[in-house]
Amino acid sequence: MKGRPEGVAAEIEARPVVLEIDGVTHFFGNLRAVYNFDLELHHGELVGLIGPNGAGKTTVFNLVTGVYRATRGSIRYKGTELVGLPSHEIIQMGIARTFQNIRLFSNLTVLDNVRIAYHPHAGYGLVDSVLHTKRFREKEAEMAAEAQEFLEIFGLGERRNDIAGSLPYGLQRRLEIARALAANPRLLILDEPAAGMNPQEIDELMDLIHFIRDRFDLTILLVEHRMRLVMNICEWLTVMDFGEIIARGFPADVRNDPHVVEAYLGRQAVEIR
Amino acid sequence: MLKRMKPSVAFITVGLVVFVVVQVLLSVGLLNNYWRGIIFWGAAITMVSLGLNLIYGFNGQFSLGQYGFYAIGAYASADVTWRWVRGDPSGLVVVLAGTLLALGLYVLLSAFLRRFYGVTVMTRFAFYVLATILAFAIAVTVAVPLLGPVFTAVLGVLPAVVSQQIVFLLALLGGAALAGIASFLFGIPVLELGSDYFGIATLGFTIIIKVLLDNTDTILPFPEMKGARGMIGIPQWTTWPWVFASLLLVIVVMRNLLHSSVGRAIVSVREDERAAELVGIDVTNAKILAFVVGSVFAGLAGGIRAHDLAFLHPQSFNFIQSFNPLIIVVFGGLSSMTGTIVTGFFWILLLEGILRLVLPTGFETWRLVVYPLILLLMMLLRPEGVFGRYEIPFLRRAAPPLPSKADNDGAAKGGVPQEGAA
Repeated sequence: MKGRPEGVAAEIEARPVVLEIDGVTHFFGNLRAVYNFDLELHHGELVGLIGPNGAGKTTVFNLVTGVYRATRGSIRYKGTELVGLPSHEIIQMGIARTFQNIRLFSNLTVLDNVRIAYHPHAGYGLVDSVLHTKRFREKEAEMAAEAQEFLEIFGLGERRNDIAGSLPYGLQRRLEIARALAANPRLLILDEPAAGMNPQEIDELMDLIHFIRDRFDLTILLVEHRMRLVMNICEWLTVMDFGEIIARGFPADVRNDPHVVEAYLGRQAVEIR
Repeated sequence: MLKRMKPSVAFITVGLVVFVVVQVLLSVGLLNNYWRGIIFWGAAITMVSLGLNLIYGFNGQFSLGQYGFYAIGAYASADVTWRWVRGDPSGLVVVLAGTLLALGLYVLLSAFLRRFYGVTVMTRFAFYVLATILAFAIAVTVAVPLLGPVFTAVLGVLPAVVSQQIVFLLALLGGAALAGIASFLFGIPVLELGSDYFGIATLGFTIIIKVLLDNTDTILPFPEMKGARGMIGIPQWTTWPWVFASLLLVIVVMRNLLHSSVGRAIVSVREDERAAELVGIDVTNAKILAFVVGSVFAGLAGGIRAHDLAFLHPQSFNFIQSFNPLIIVVFGGLSSMTGTIVTGFFWILLLEGILRLVLPTGFETWRLVVYPLILLLMMLLRPEGVFGRYEIPFLRRAAPPLPSKADNDGAAKGGVPQEGAA
């Protein structure tokens, strides 16, 4: 099947399709960053995209979120074509993402970071903003309460007035995920969420990812380097190298796939066994 | 005592006291025309600088175009009143009807363009420019003969004092609106195409405006502006209440805007444009909004200044002058409204007031040597600006109060596993 491995449970296959990437190719000048990439995600799946450095994983994410426009191919979210749409519209449709290198609004408070993500759903307009009408005050209070609830869920409630850039690294990661979820997405794209984390922090992150998927009813696609995370958490994997898909399947199968071992896993795969 | 008041009450109290004190001093004659001029000028430059602070300090778009919009506001409103006092309502009608028509067309156009997929920047720009030309063409050809006599008749019924104030208000609003329209049209291509070129493009804008003003009587069809000789005969209608009300309006509008979700969107663009876009903020919109609002402030200030001076000269809007608001904003502290307000007045006071009085006769031009020195010292000693990010309580972005625990059972439903919990 295109974009999916064989043998996924029929129950999952029956769920609605959330993301459909179909034959996407992207060039940077003459460099072929992504070639003929297919992927199909069903509702509620937690899927990984792995590959060595420079394989084109983050480029795929950037294509989905409209940072780049795919040279060829089609990307559909719940049936709507995304290629050519500006990022903010794609995000407002229900896709959220985090970044490989954390990109918080680092001079603003923790609370403001989350509240900014509410902006598209603020529910009041420019006139309300300028006049601070009753509607403005109500919606602001609502927004503040919701944002606070979010922060509490992520264990950042006490830190609401801290400057985001001053938080410890692990909490910054967490805040970034909280901010992404504040936009109320159905599909969450995590770009190397475990970068720079120690094994214990990775364990916490795994709990966090499972927790948010269940709590917010999400479909999650994640790019990751750390085998410990990917092998334990993802339901199935797509492996890329030099912009092309070289393998696809369940973690156990991918781990033993000779192409993958050769291209990427090598020593680490042996280590896991 | 002020500390115990609610910030808004304290702000209003202080504002009223300042208003009354200055008004009394002006009425009694303790503040002569010279000092009156300095206060009014300070207020105008403060409004211009607040606009720039919104664009540069809060939205992060480095702009040198502020004086261009200041000039548009000044000349437009001056032209309206110049014509009015000579019995010609055409300026008033064109500015008002043209602005309203243009805004209406913009609304229709934006709804229309939204239906298409992937409209390029330049296409949108072209459409908006055409809409603007259409609006003002209609205003000149249709509205003037139609509405001109109506305006004259209606305002003629009122006592002269009242009608004069109404015309002045409309002229100020018209000048500000024209500055806003100009910034909107200019902002569409320039803000969307990339911020690196924005500073240079705005500098170019200021220069273009200056050249146009030099040639108002030849290239542009405004003989009354007298090109490079300077426009004379503008009624001197600016009074302290007008100055105070305008400045207050600018401060409150800017403060309210910044304390809203729109303001947070504007600030997020400064912090990290890409990240803002990827949490769903329409970055282009936020930039254009900040740019237009900032320019409207400048346009309003232009009207105030023009009707205080009663004389306008293109030289006072050249690009060297356009560094003034930039210096004020940086000096007061980027993204500190308090800093901009204090520094704006202080700047004019220093440059045109104190230094002129302190320096011996014949050495007045030396003040242009003294102020770069002050600036240099300042940059060395306190690079974040005098006020840094300090704001008085009224202007401070306070965090909302914690919601009560009762309606906050989100955490109880199950929080993220914490360190140590596992």
